[in-house]
Amino acid sequence: MPLQVKRLLIVFAILIGTMFALKYFLTPESWREFGPYRGNALKEIAAQEAKYIDTKTCAMCHDLIAELKNNGEHNSIQCENCHGPGYKHIDDQENNEMKIPKGREFCIRCHARNAARPLNIIKQIDATEHNIGEDCITCHNPHQPWL
Amino acid sequence: MNKLQNLYEALANVEGYIYPNEIALNWDLLIVMYPYITGLVAGAFILASLNRVFDIKALRPTYEISLLTALSFMLVATMPLISHLGQPFRFYEMLITPHLTSAMAIFGFVYIWYLMVVLLLEIWFDYRYDMVIWSEQKKGFMKFFYKALTLWVSDKSPESRKTDDKIGYFITVIGIPSAFLLHGYVGFIFGSLKANPWWSSVMMPVIFLFSAMVSGIALVMFIYMVINFIRRKKNDILCLDTIAKYLFYILILDFTLESLDQIHRIYEADESFDILKLLVHGKLFFTFFIMQIGVGTIFPLAVLGFFQFKQPSEKIRKILYLIVSSAVLIGIFFMRWNVVIGGQLFSKSFYGFTSYKVDLIGGKDVWLSLLWFIIPFFILAFLLWLLPPWKKAKHVEG
Repeated sequence: MPLQVKRLLIVFAILIGTMFALKYFLTPESWREFGPYRGNALKEIAAQEAKYIDTKTCAMCHDLIAELKNNGEHNSIQCENCHGPGYKHIDDQENNEMKIPKGREFCIRCHARNAARPLNIIKQIDATEHNIGEDCITCHNPHQPWL
Repeated sequence: MNKLQNLYEALANVEGYIYPNEIALNWDLLIVMYPYITGLVAGAFILASLNRVFDIKALRPTYEISLLTALSFMLVATMPLISHLGQPFRFYEMLITPHLTSAMAIFGFVYIWYLMVVLLLEIWFDYRYDMVIWSEQKKGFMKFFYKALTLWVSDKSPESRKTDDKIGYFITVIGIPSAFLLHGYVGFIFGSLKANPWWSSVMMPVIFLFSAMVSGIALVMFIYMVINFIRRKKNDILCLDTIAKYLFYILILDFTLESLDQIHRIYEADESFDILKLLVHGKLFFTFFIMQIGVGTIFPLAVLGFFQFKQPSEKIRKILYLIVSSAVLIGIFFMRWNVVIGGQLFSKSFYGFTSYKVDLIGGKDVWLSLLWFIIPFFILAFLLWLLPPWKKAKHVEG
C-alpha cells in the first residue's frame, strides 16, 4: 500500500475515533429511550409546575364576577386569558395580585378588524377610527361587554 | 399606541383569509442562502469533474479553482442554517445522534461524506506532490505547515504521483453521484413536503440539481475571470468558451425541467392552482418573471445561444461572459428565493397571502446572509494563496 494512503487511513482512523469519542461523551443521556429524541425531555416537560388554574377555582371567591361573565359574550374565555396565571394567587393573594389590563391595546388583540377573523364569532372594530383615545372599559364591562 | 401600530402594520400586509400562525414567515433569507450556497458547491464540483472524468481538456485552467471554490463554499454551507437555529450551540447533536427518521437529520451524513471523503481527499491527492515541493522550498512555519498538510509523506517518485492521480480520479468518479446526492437532497427536503403545493413535486430534487450546476458553473466562470484580472493574466478564451458552452447546455436543461414542472402544475390545475397563479402573478411577479426567468434564464440563454452560431470579438465575449455569469448567479438566487419565500407567502387555506420584507435595519437575516456569502470569497483567497493552482507542477496521468 502506498505510504500516502497509509497515512490517510491513520488520519481517518483518528477522525472516526474522535467522532465515536464525541458520540460517547456528548450524546444526551436519555437519547433513544423512546425514539430519536431525548427521553428526558418528556419528563422535564411533565415536571413543570402547572401555572394555570381553571375558572371554577376563580369562582370559589369571585362568584359574582364569574356569574356575570358566564352570562355574557365572554363566557367561553378563561379568567386567566386576561388576568394571567393564577397559581400563586390562590395561595397568597396579598403578594400575588392578578393583572387587570385596562388599556386599549389589550382588547385590540382579539377585536381589531382582521379579514382572517370570522365576523360572526368575534366582534371587530377599526381601532384607528373607533373612539380614539378612549379605553374600551369606559363603555364596555369586560366581564359582560354589552351590559 | 406602538403595539397597536405594529399590529395594524402586520395586518396591512395580510391579504384575504390566512391562519394566525402564517402572518410571520418562519424561514427567512438565511434559509434562501442555504440551498443557494450548497448549489454553488455542487455546481463548482461538477465543473471540475467535467475536466477530470469526462476529460474535457479545455477546462483544465479552472480545475483547481473549481475544487477550491467548492471547498470554500462547502465550509460555510451549514452556517446559514446554524445561525438561523434557535439553539445554534446544539448543532453538533445532529452529527452525533444520527438517525434515519427525518430528512433533515440525514444532512449531517451527506455533508460529512461530501466534505471529508470527496472534496478534501480530492484536493489533497491533487496537491500532495506540490505540497511536498513547496515544503522543501519554504522556510520556518510555512515549511512545517506544508509538511503537516502532506502528513509528512515526502515521496515525489513518479509512481507515487501516478497513485495520487489514480485515486484522485476514483474519488472524482464517486464525487459526481455525491454532488448529485448533496444537492438533490436539498431539493428533496422541499419536494417531499406534501402539505405545500408550491414545493411538493418529485421534480424538485432534479430542478435543484440542475440549477445548482448552472449556478456553480457561472460562479467558477466569474471567479476565473476575476482571478485573472487581479493577477493581470490573460483569460484562456478557449476555456471560457467551453465553460459557456456547458453553461448553455445545462441552462437549457434546467429551463426545460422547470418549465415542465410549471406546465405540469398548470395542466393538472388542482385545488391549489388558483392561489399559486395569484402568487406568481402578484407577489412573485418581480422575482419570478423578471429576475429568475428574464435576467437569470432568458437573457443568458439568448447571449450564450447567439455565441453558438456567431462569435463576436474576444473582448466583447469576455465582457458578456462576465455579465452573463453574474446574471445567472442573480437568477439562481431568485430561484431559491421564489422556492423558499414563495412557498410561505400563501395561506394553507388557499384563500390569502402574507408578505415578507427583509429587514435591512435591525434584522439579522440580511447581514448574516451577506456575511455567509462573502466569507467563502475570503476563504477562497486564502486557499488560492496557500495552494496556488498557477504554481502547480505539470499534471501526470495515472
